[in-house]
Amino acid sequence: MTAQVTRKQMRTVFAETVIESLASDPRVVMLTADISSWFFWDVKKEYPDRVLNFGIREQAMIDIAGGFALAGMRPVVHTYAPFLIERPFEQIKIGLNHQDVGAVLVSVGASYDDPSWGRTHQGPGDVALLDTLPGWTVHVPGHEDEVGPLLRKAIAGDGRVYMRLSERANGEPVPVTDGFTVLRKGTAGVVIAVGPMLDQVLAATANIDATVLYTSTIRPFDHAGLRAAVADARANVVLVEPYLKGTSSHEVNEALTDVPHRVLSFGVWRDREARAYGTAEDHDKLFGVDPESLAASITRFFN
Amino acid sequence: MQTTEETLQDLIARMTGDNKHLAAATSTLDAIWVLYDRVLNVSPETIDDPDRDRFYLSKGHGPMAYYAVLAAKGFIDPDALDVWRTFDSPLGMHPDHVIAPGVEISSGSLGHGLPLGVGTALALRAQGRDARVFVLIGDGEFDEGSNHETMAIAGRLGLDRLTVIVIDNKTASLGWPDGIAKRFEMEGWLASTVDGRDQDQLYQALTRETDGRPRAVVAEVLPISEGSAA
Repeated sequence: MTAQVTRKQMRTVFAETVIESLASDPRVVMLTADISSWFFWDVKKEYPDRVLNFGIREQAMIDIAGGFALAGMRPVVHTYAPFLIERPFEQIKIGLNHQDVGAVLVSVGASYDDPSWGRTHQGPGDVALLDTLPGWTVHVPGHEDEVGPLLRKAIAGDGRVYMRLSERANGEPVPVTDGFTVLRKGTAGVVIAVGPMLDQVLAATANIDATVLYTSTIRPFDHAGLRAAVADARANVVLVEPYLKGTSSHEVNEALTDVPHRVLSFGVWRDREARAYGTAEDHDKLFGVDPESLAASITRFFN
Repeated sequence: MQTTEETLQDLIARMTGDNKHLAAATSTLDAIWVLYDRVLNVSPETIDDPDRDRFYLSKGHGPMAYYAVLAAKGFIDPDALDVWRTFDSPLGMHPDHVIAPGVEISSGSLGHGLPLGVGTALALRAQGRDARVFVLIGDGEFDEGSNHETMAIAGRLGLDRLTVIVIDNKTASLGWPDGIAKRFEMEGWLASTVDGRDQDQLYQALTRETDGRPRAVVAEVLPISEGSAA
């Protein structure tokens, strides 16, 4: 575990990558609403018109990003997940989607990175909310080494991209691809691990005859990758996502329209708030995604 | 074509079915006409030029005056006005810039145009361009919190190529004591209040030199009752 000491947070890699892109791509602008703005204080001296902190004004920030994009620039927009996606949701719908322009939205905080902050700083509905709008690419990196390649590609394009950073990360990175990476092959079913859920899924399935798929890009959903996996294993599909439970179950059903299948979903509760503080590991247990609970549930489901 | 007040009323009548002054359709008419006729450096030929001036109609409700001016200036085929709101028409009750010729933003939901305009003004500044951005909002729309976030941002950042025109027909439900211009002044804007039906006053206010501040023009327009003369 000595490697842990020198590991960077995903948020640090994000800031370093954006700072590089400011130098190499004149289209890039970095917009913040106080959160993480300190990462960009130095580079703002070099690019005062392209690094902007608006104070705590998230609604304006998203529409301003749309205005930048209308003039041909590439806005990168950042704050905590609930303030980036949930609070200014109509600004995303109207200021980006309806104007038919793009932006790269990058959040931190995830669903319950540090539950001691309470419900206000948790954003488990973000990916499900973006699912109500067309044309979003959604990245959920599971390791800090996955952040740079995903972000550089997002910035170089002109589409609508959401990158969901977490303070939680897997022990090892997985090379970045557009869809599912097969990490293990089995016959009893297919387990899909999204982003930072991978370590728990690998531990939970160590003694289960399952195919394990991993992805750091959940939208678009890799229909072909899932169909290929299900062709070689029974069509028992387990989704382990770090946000609202069942967020991708409609995609599984869409991918397997003509294949008799069963789906079991894991994630944050939909039907009630978890009114508890504590640690992320406490909440893993609450939602049944700690390795022991996952192993028991998946075994029951496969049998 | 030689465009007159009468021509514009005839163009509006192709959408409304009569040539009376519908307040919702025409409260913005003088301001938009002055902009396209005397202020903006944009034409159908330069609509994609990055150096063109931008006009963002944030008050997308009741866009008849806007469409009429765009038709008078050659952006829109006047025949399109006859079939507006139909399935195949590019012109709806709220403008969609992806399908409507000459329209710079899609609007209707209140409180988006000003921050979109600030984003574009900031982009033009970052690109070293001199183009200006004009945004038209309503006094009811001014209630939206996103406008107040944006008013503060534009003032602090000294966006002197940005102008907001507020059509004030006193419809904001809880009102704005002491007037809207004062709010803008407090946030570092150069603000003035004019008669929104006096085209010369509008022109003077919209082209007044600024000193590094964004500009707000509050255009007061009394709602005109059905059948009254303009």
